[in-house]
Amino acid sequence: MSDTVTARKPSQRRTLGWVLLEFLGSMNLAITLLVVVAIASMIGTVLQQNQPYPDYVLKFGPFWFEAFDRLGLYDVYGAVWFIAILGFLVLSTSVCLYRQIPGMAREMVRFRTQVRLESLRGFHQRAEWWLPERASPGVLAEITGAFRARGYRWRIQDHGDHQVAAAMKGRYQRLGYLFTHAAVVVIGIGGLLDGNLWLKLKEWRGEIVVETRDLAARDVPPVSRLAPGAIPSFRGNIMLPEGSAASFVFLRLRDGFLVQELPFAIELKDFQVEYHATGQPKSFVSQVRIHDREHLGDRPLDATIRVNHPLIYRDYAIYQSDFGDGGSKLELRLWPLTGGRLEPVDIKGEVGGALKVAGPAGPLGLELTEFRLFNLLPEPGARPGDRKFRNFGPSVGFKARDATGEAREYLNYMAPVQLEGRWFCVSGVRARSGAEFVYLHIPVDANNSPERFLRFNARLRDEEGLRALLARAPTPTENPDFQHDLNQVRLNLVELFIQGGFAAVTERARAVVPPDRLQEATKLYLEILRDTLAEVFIEVLRAEGVNLEQGVGEREDAFFNDALSALATLPVYGSPLYLQLTGFQQVEASGLQVTHSGAVGVVYAGFAFLIIGVFLLFYTSHRRLWAWIAAEEGGSRLVLAGAGNRRQAEFAREFAVLEASLARRLGASEPRADN
Amino acid sequence: MVVTREAMLEPWEQPAFWRRLTIWDALWTLLAAVGAIYAGWFYRAEMDGYEIAILFGGALALIAWGLYWKPARLFTLAVALLALLALWRYGTDYESRKSVFLLKYFLESQAAFMWMSALYVLATVVYFAALFSRSEFVGQTATALTWSATVLGMTGLLTRWRESYLLGADIGHIPVSNLYEVFILFALITALLYLFYEDRHRTRAMGGFALLAISGAVAFLLWYTFDREAHHIQPLIPALQSYWMKIHVPANFVGYGAFALAAMLGVAYLLRQRAETHRPDGVLATVLPPLELLDDVMYKAIALGFVAFTIATILGALWAAEAWGGYWSWDPKETWALIVWLNYAAWLHLRLTKGWRGAPMAWWAVIGLFVTLFAFLGVNMFLSGLHSYGTL
Repeated sequence: MSDTVTARKPSQRRTLGWVLLEFLGSMNLAITLLVVVAIASMIGTVLQQNQPYPDYVLKFGPFWFEAFDRLGLYDVYGAVWFIAILGFLVLSTSVCLYRQIPGMAREMVRFRTQVRLESLRGFHQRAEWWLPERASPGVLAEITGAFRARGYRWRIQDHGDHQVAAAMKGRYQRLGYLFTHAAVVVIGIGGLLDGNLWLKLKEWRGEIVVETRDLAARDVPPVSRLAPGAIPSFRGNIMLPEGSAASFVFLRLRDGFLVQELPFAIELKDFQVEYHATGQPKSFVSQVRIHDREHLGDRPLDATIRVNHPLIYRDYAIYQSDFGDGGSKLELRLWPLTGGRLEPVDIKGEVGGALKVAGPAGPLGLELTEFRLFNLLPEPGARPGDRKFRNFGPSVGFKARDATGEAREYLNYMAPVQLEGRWFCVSGVRARSGAEFVYLHIPVDANNSPERFLRFNARLRDEEGLRALLARAPTPTENPDFQHDLNQVRLNLVELFIQGGFAAVTERARAVVPPDRLQEATKLYLEILRDTLAEVFIEVLRAEGVNLEQGVGEREDAFFNDALSALATLPVYGSPLYLQLTGFQQVEASGLQVTHSGAVGVVYAGFAFLIIGVFLLFYTSHRRLWAWIAAEEGGSRLVLAGAGNRRQAEFAREFAVLEASLARRLGASEPRADN
Repeated sequence: MVVTREAMLEPWEQPAFWRRLTIWDALWTLLAAVGAIYAGWFYRAEMDGYEIAILFGGALALIAWGLYWKPARLFTLAVALLALLALWRYGTDYESRKSVFLLKYFLESQAAFMWMSALYVLATVVYFAALFSRSEFVGQTATALTWSATVLGMTGLLTRWRESYLLGADIGHIPVSNLYEVFILFALITALLYLFYEDRHRTRAMGGFALLAISGAVAFLLWYTFDREAHHIQPLIPALQSYWMKIHVPANFVGYGAFALAAMLGVAYLLRQRAETHRPDGVLATVLPPLELLDDVMYKAIALGFVAFTIATILGALWAAEAWGGYWSWDPKETWALIVWLNYAAWLHLRLTKGWRGAPMAWWAVIGLFVTLFAFLGVNMFLSGLHSYGTL
């Protein structure tokens, strides 16, 4: 990989080793490898790396999942074949260095005084003069004076009939090649040493086994544990709740993990997230305490870790990399959604924990999965480009698992949310993780509570009470039979509605009414339903003590409409309970990354080489000048020629200046190129 | 080679570097040094040791730039004066941008960027007009337009820097933190690189092609501003709150700018070559820049881009070691930086060792732009990762 060609003598025997060297050090192989590494690297950017394996199965199906797994595509950069290609690039570069260094060294020290006149005349930059009445020594002195003035070093050789003064400058340009290519080798080796090579080696020798079960760290068997110093380089993670400590990190490997033990313990004293006024996070700060009896004795080390400000302790670097919930304590109120009685139950739970509660239709398992203090979300109804955000306040995420083991995910916001000028309790639901949430918007009453709606809902599900209410209601007809039928219809409609929303009502109409009267009948059904619901609602208001002498107010009217929408959503919502977050005590957890990099010094040295190398390579030029002088009858003949291996235009300018000033000095103001 | 009279009369001994400096060189150095020292003293409370080091390192680089290339001085001076004027008119109230005439229509960052955009597009047209009309005057106009656009764009960036602090001390940051801001940086750096080659090679023939790349960036910028409203100043996420950003990002954009310039010259090369083979007497074959020039500048741009990109990637790795826990994580952005680097490494090997020239290298430079563009834009649009700060 150089621009000097070291000629091999043809007599040299072509042994196998020589052929191999020739191949490994060839320019074509080098360029091919550069392109191959580039293309292979693309794979890992297109296919997301190191995701949970089930995600890949879902994405590719079992066949391709298996095929890609065999090829190591889920961790391309750790795959044997990829490391082999990189190793090959390093090897090829090494061979190239090995073959080129002797030639480079010669090129740097040799002045090439053996140059022939014909070859000088073939140079692009050349001049030739016939100097009458000038003797060679005088000419030579002028020329070396010019060389010295321009910072060239030179050698003079007397060939008998002529003399050659060979000069050069900027020979360190040749080191540019050496530095850049050595940098590739050094960085390559350093990078390989810092990669998961050691883990692979240990795994291959059967010393360690990747743990794929979902175990707590203390339950992980010794075969999946690494003692401090077992491998020179690693990058591991740990999620520490406030107030807890750990002396290990998890190393993720393919579909499992290993436990890397640390020679010290990290205790998280406090974790703080600061926010900008806009709600975006401003800083993540962990206050940690390092316990290390061996090195610190009884005086632990207190330190602050922030993003971009890791703690370097001994040879380990501890970074702020993630955050999460460390088991926040939550107070929850469970409101039944299905029964006819509204008796809320207050419970307490912890994020990460599971609760068993009695639902209206059998026991229900609640798994509290997350708590968030802030929810910065795009303003509802804003265009994607608007960049308007609103903080929706604290939320709780949980899974509700019924007796059959089926679970739905819920996300409930603690504070009512204002939408289109009205306030709602918002709860999202989805049947599987990753799907979009469907939201239930419960209108809140004057006390900012969902209670009125829930009472209304319960009233609709209390069949006895409903029947009694309808019987009391003023009737449009005197006929008791008809009255009885009508009430039954109303009850049926309410029942249909709370089981399946408005869709169930229109569905029923389609089933029982002939098509020509369908539209009319559906309209009638919905009117009756609405009247009935309104009657129940008024009853709820009356029970609350709302003064209805002036009729139903605008606010109550809006509430009624919102309540109908919410009731229509309830069948989709699917939970027998509405879970209201009433209080919390947040416990945060800080995600720390701990790294140990055995070869970082090697890699950084490579970086330094690379920077020095590229500058030498492109911005310096190895320039050579030759003066060929022969005594001829009555004077001397002088040929001046030169070449530079970079920055040709600048060299041409320098040569022209040199040529002109020499001509002036030597009294040959008209450069003459005869012959 | 033409030898000037001055060169003929040059003394035998080449004077030492410092003896060749003129009074203007000395003034320039002094001015830049005083400016840096004043800024350092004025903002000393806001900066840590690294930032002071970057300030003075930047001042040294600026001095060297001005000594190496004289037009850089006038440019720096113009930008500095306009930016100071903007700062003075702003005072301490961000809302001045709506009431002060000079700010509202001229120097407020958004206004300055609009001027920059308009002038770049105009310059593109005028460069092509100069190419076909062969008028010296039209050419000078194009150059003046490009300089003006660059001065206003750079002023806008500096003003935006200040504006971010006016919004809130904890919001303030150098405006190279998202896709919108770096696109402006890209346009400015590409323009400066082009203007340098225009000056050094004494030809405006490449102008239209270079400015075409910049106009492309401007088109994106306008869409990004008006459709996505991406121009609002946003606070920095914690991962970006580091002095490394000040050196990593600009270094990267010298690389991107140089690669973009090389690709546009590659396009000009291919057009000229095609014109020469098909219609040697046609207009295109005579007005387009000569092949040797294009080949030469293309190489120089790629070499410069490669050096800058190498440094930028190494700076990125050092930053990553501080922010993400390792100098290399095979994050999509990192990986694509490697791909770009490998691509141009292969290009340079072919040119310097195998001696390839001409159409294949021009094609490669053009394809190289797409690789670069993907690393710069595509990764943010299509791939996710640690480096996803600039989503569309």
